[in-house]
Amino acid sequence: MTLAKMPLFAWLNLVMAGLVILAVSPLTAAQIMLLIDRYLGGHFFGTQAGGSAVIWMHFFWIFGHPEVYVLVLPAFAFVSEIIPVFSRKPIFGYSVMVGATVAIGFISMSVWAHHMFTVGMGANANTFFVLSTMAIAVPTGIKIFNWLATMWGGKIQVKTPMLFCIAFLFQFLAAGLTGIMLGVAPFALHLGNSYFVVAHFHYVIVGGILFALFGAFYYWFPKMSGKMYSETLGKLHFWVFIIGFHLTFDFMHIPGLLGMPRRIYSYEPGRGWDTWNFIVTIGVFFQAAGILVLLGNLVWSYLRGKAAGSDPWDAWTLEWSTNSPPPAYNFASIPVVKSRRPLWDLKHPADPDWNYE
Amino acid sequence: MNARSMTVAEARIEWDRPERGRIGMLSLIAAEAAIFTIFVVAYLFYVGKSLAGPMPKDVLCAPIFYTICLLSSSLTIHLAARSLRRGSILRFGSLWLATIAMGAAFLYGTATEWHRLVYQEGLTISTNLFGTTYYSLVGLHGFHVIVGLLALSIVMVFTLLGDVRPEHAERVDVLSLYWHFVDGVWIVVYTVVYVIGR
Repeated sequence: MTLAKMPLFAWLNLVMAGLVILAVSPLTAAQIMLLIDRYLGGHFFGTQAGGSAVIWMHFFWIFGHPEVYVLVLPAFAFVSEIIPVFSRKPIFGYSVMVGATVAIGFISMSVWAHHMFTVGMGANANTFFVLSTMAIAVPTGIKIFNWLATMWGGKIQVKTPMLFCIAFLFQFLAAGLTGIMLGVAPFALHLGNSYFVVAHFHYVIVGGILFALFGAFYYWFPKMSGKMYSETLGKLHFWVFIIGFHLTFDFMHIPGLLGMPRRIYSYEPGRGWDTWNFIVTIGVFFQAAGILVLLGNLVWSYLRGKAAGSDPWDAWTLEWSTNSPPPAYNFASIPVVKSRRPLWDLKHPADPDWNYE
Repeated sequence: MNARSMTVAEARIEWDRPERGRIGMLSLIAAEAAIFTIFVVAYLFYVGKSLAGPMPKDVLCAPIFYTICLLSSSLTIHLAARSLRRGSILRFGSLWLATIAMGAAFLYGTATEWHRLVYQEGLTISTNLFGTTYYSLVGLHGFHVIVGLLALSIVMVFTLLGDVRPEHAERVDVLSLYWHFVDGVWIVVYTVVYVIGR
């Protein structure tokens, strides 16, 4: 297997691992400084001796923003595996997907201060971070279009993993659009530190990442456990959870637009936020019910589920060529991989993929 | 479709994958470089912003001799690793010992400088911003020298016990990567602290 034949799953996690190395280390450094300030009487971030609290914010967000991509790249990786299998088509634009991922990795390290527009960094810094934030929308948009193009003209099978991935596409797009709104400095000055921001990043993390995680869980559960999950319970989980998600996080944008700040636990009545927050709370019960269905499905399928077999989805990557669950040694001998869909090649020796790559 | 030509083409691929330990060490170096970058940025940001003395230009003197020691140890560790690859254990051991000695001399230099700064100049980590950033940055580097010296000493003990053989050259190379990194970082720290910051 050469790099150009590596599954997108592995590619995206490779870029994620690089980001972990480069982005988490600044947090280590900043925390060492904080410990020096706290316990050795240092002055890095204390203003009495000339230190700067703003530089703490910079150091924290140099970690904090790439960290968002550390979270989301594995979600992209799941979606890039699941959508092709349930569309019965190879991924559209493999090399562009790899390029866009690497581009996201680089650009993600130059956008951190869009978390700090309300600090007052000055026009030049604001302009730079607005532009870099706009730039990162481009490779992310490429990915959305590639997933859509993969589905386009495919024989789409609406199984639970695919349902979660389709919802991921819509919700991640919406989350990205509010992200672009907040990435514009003059807009962020109005809505920074409001519930609009809270709604935005929950849309990313729940609507995007958690949905992709659920999809991945259902997709690989047969491989992990050797048992098939209940499709009925899976779909029930999806519909209950998606209703709860939208009740909570769609309506959370509105109190933010009406001026409700973050990080408050109470407020006076009559500010016009009550009804919206009530709807938000109702959504939470739906989400919790959805999670309970998932847990029930998990236990029931593990104990009573049908045997899944090694390849329940007629998939194309190598994990589906071994037993479910896989043996500890994975493969008795390392397989030779000649195309991006090695299991397709094994199943269709007369028409292997390497003729077209 | 010509299946036979495919197998021939496939057989020609030669795998030239780098050693796992080397990749691990390079990843560690990348992470450490990011940590040092943040400390260097903080140092540069706070140059000249101390509200009270002592100031760098009054109390710092460049440790040129000890810097030469540390940088020369990069050369000796390189020659040591080469001797091991060529099978000369005795030469390897003596060059390795020289590397440790020069690293230890550098640490001694830092210790005397800190002693002078603390007891004669009255500069501690909590005195002013210069003290905070100086002791943090130089101390972080010194900590890496200590870790390096410990690792080098373990190899030295194994050498004296006769357990280091030419087939360990790759591992010794991986360790020398770390030592080169520590030396390279010192060039940056030296420039920032003793040239720009003074």
